[in-house]
Amino acid sequence: MEDNSSKYQVFVVNSAKYMTLTTTKFDRRKKWEKSDPKEIRSIIPGSVIEIFVVPGQLVKGGQVILTLDAMKMYTKVEMPFDGVIKSINVTKGDKIPKNCVMINIE
Amino acid sequence: MSFKRNILDLRKRKKEAQQGGGEKAIEKQVAMGKKTARERIKAILDENSFHEYDLFVEHTGRDFDMEKKVLHGDGVIIGTGTMYNQPVAIYAQDFTVAGGSLGLMHARKITKIMDHALKMRVPLIGINDSGGARIQEGVNSLAGYGEIFYRNTIASGVIPQISVILGPCAGGAVYSPALTDFVFVVENISKMFITGPSVIKSVLGEEISMEELGGAMVHSEITGNAHFFAKSEDECFEQIKKLITFIPWNNAQKALKFPIQQPLNTKSIEEIVPVDPHNPYDIRDIIKAVTDGSDFFEIMEYFAKNIVIGFGRIQGNTIGFVANQPMYLAGVLDCDSSDKAARFIRYCNAFNIPIVTLEDMPGYLPGVDQEHAGVIRHGAKLLYAYSEATVPKVTVIIRKAYGGGYIAMNSRHLGADFVFAWPTAEIAVMGPEGAANIVFKKEIDEAENPTEMRNQKIQEYKDKFANPFVAASKGYIDEVIEPSETRARLIHSLEVSGSKVDQRPAKKHGIPPF
Repeated sequence: MEDNSSKYQVFVVNSAKYMTLTTTKFDRRKKWEKSDPKEIRSIIPGSVIEIFVVPGQLVKGGQVILTLDAMKMYTKVEMPFDGVIKSINVTKGDKIPKNCVMINIE
Repeated sequence: MSFKRNILDLRKRKKEAQQGGGEKAIEKQVAMGKKTARERIKAILDENSFHEYDLFVEHTGRDFDMEKKVLHGDGVIIGTGTMYNQPVAIYAQDFTVAGGSLGLMHARKITKIMDHALKMRVPLIGINDSGGARIQEGVNSLAGYGEIFYRNTIASGVIPQISVILGPCAGGAVYSPALTDFVFVVENISKMFITGPSVIKSVLGEEISMEELGGAMVHSEITGNAHFFAKSEDECFEQIKKLITFIPWNNAQKALKFPIQQPLNTKSIEEIVPVDPHNPYDIRDIIKAVTDGSDFFEIMEYFAKNIVIGFGRIQGNTIGFVANQPMYLAGVLDCDSSDKAARFIRYCNAFNIPIVTLEDMPGYLPGVDQEHAGVIRHGAKLLYAYSEATVPKVTVIIRKAYGGGYIAMNSRHLGADFVFAWPTAEIAVMGPEGAANIVFKKEIDEAENPTEMRNQKIQEYKDKFANPFVAASKGYIDEVIEPSETRARLIHSLEVSGSKVDQRPAKKHGIPPF
């Protein structure tokens, strides 16, 4: 049998400590972080078709700020609440992945 | 000689036991914005129909001074009653009695009413409001949970099982609701998790509130554990009363037939779908354009919004609808939407509810996260559920039906009884842009103006394949129909499927990819 004892790590379950190996998936897990409502992230990979706002602009909640061409469909991205556009991190024609911060709100 | 003394004594005992945890505990419950267990039962059942059992059951705890404590009804109320004059079995955990904690007798009461529900073939409603296992009773409380889970599993697919989370439901306790058909949650009241925020913080250093970890919206939107979200207990009870009208009382029956109504003609069905296939619309408007009274009762409204599931009626009969939603994520299939639709299809099949599928689906969501999250395994659930279902299955392809998703969305090949397509349908192995790049790679690469050539070839591919007529020429589509004919076609195809028989080889059970 393979000797893995040197790779054992401390693992806490139900307030007790155990020596054990961990899985690749466990090691790669991402720490949970509270999402920032001031960041407009892409929820699907796609390309930016049109940007309707400029930095410094005051935008009302519900107004369309950007369209994304994703999966053969134009998806409208809306302003989540009233606010001022702080920065725009994408330009027209950009291909972007999922979860990309496209726009920051002040 | 008279019974009077005995009767007065009985009344006194009943009154005392029915107080649950007493005035102070009830005040606390009300201060949290919660109704008492008894009020909840009364609000769900027909007026004056509730009959209680095991009111005088006492707990059996003998350690840690528990023997000195009186816990009325051992923290749970069980009984039978009616909804719309039809019998149902119900239990409600009483948080005012020892925090609704589950000990041996508490669990025995629940399993008693579960056994009753299964034997009588009537729906079971469970109201969860409990701090969890009664630690003082040790392994007895674990035994209690296990016996509940076992019964949930045995009753699954035989009688409808409804879980209502109206308080904490933590640790092992969460697995009873998870095994049942429908889970109802209420904002600020329902809390479900296996390990709480304090343990998570101490072990992993992640700081999170109880609401963010396992609140009602988290389970409705993120985890998919809950099927119905309400802002108040009263709204939740109305949802339960509406759900129950759509489902049969057990798996040997059909749902109650209602008087036939026409859809409300607010908008013609053609006006709902944009001409440009790149533009979104709300698929629920199409469902409402074909259902009786335009009534559609959506299930899991907030989870995997790219697929819509729920009940409506056609000619008075309950139908389960599964529909891609172009308004969210372009209506793609992915891990969550496959999982959501697959379980619903299996529910409909178990309870004799025909399935109507409305398809407008551009393909599977691309991405490393999807592949690594197991979109192969989760996506397979949808194929399995549709193939396995023997209830009448009808599909209407509205616009896009591309690639593997075309097969998955109840295609003829998975056993659909009827497949219709609107003339706007695009049924092909992949979208024109992608296909042209592969099929005409040589022509495009060698052209003097590759962009022009590509556009020309995309158009060529579109004209030839992005339509319903190739599929219709092979009989994969039974008929290309005008959008305005949709309801009439559905009515007829469901009518002729009324006595459908689809025999399968005998087996213990299949091995679906879950």
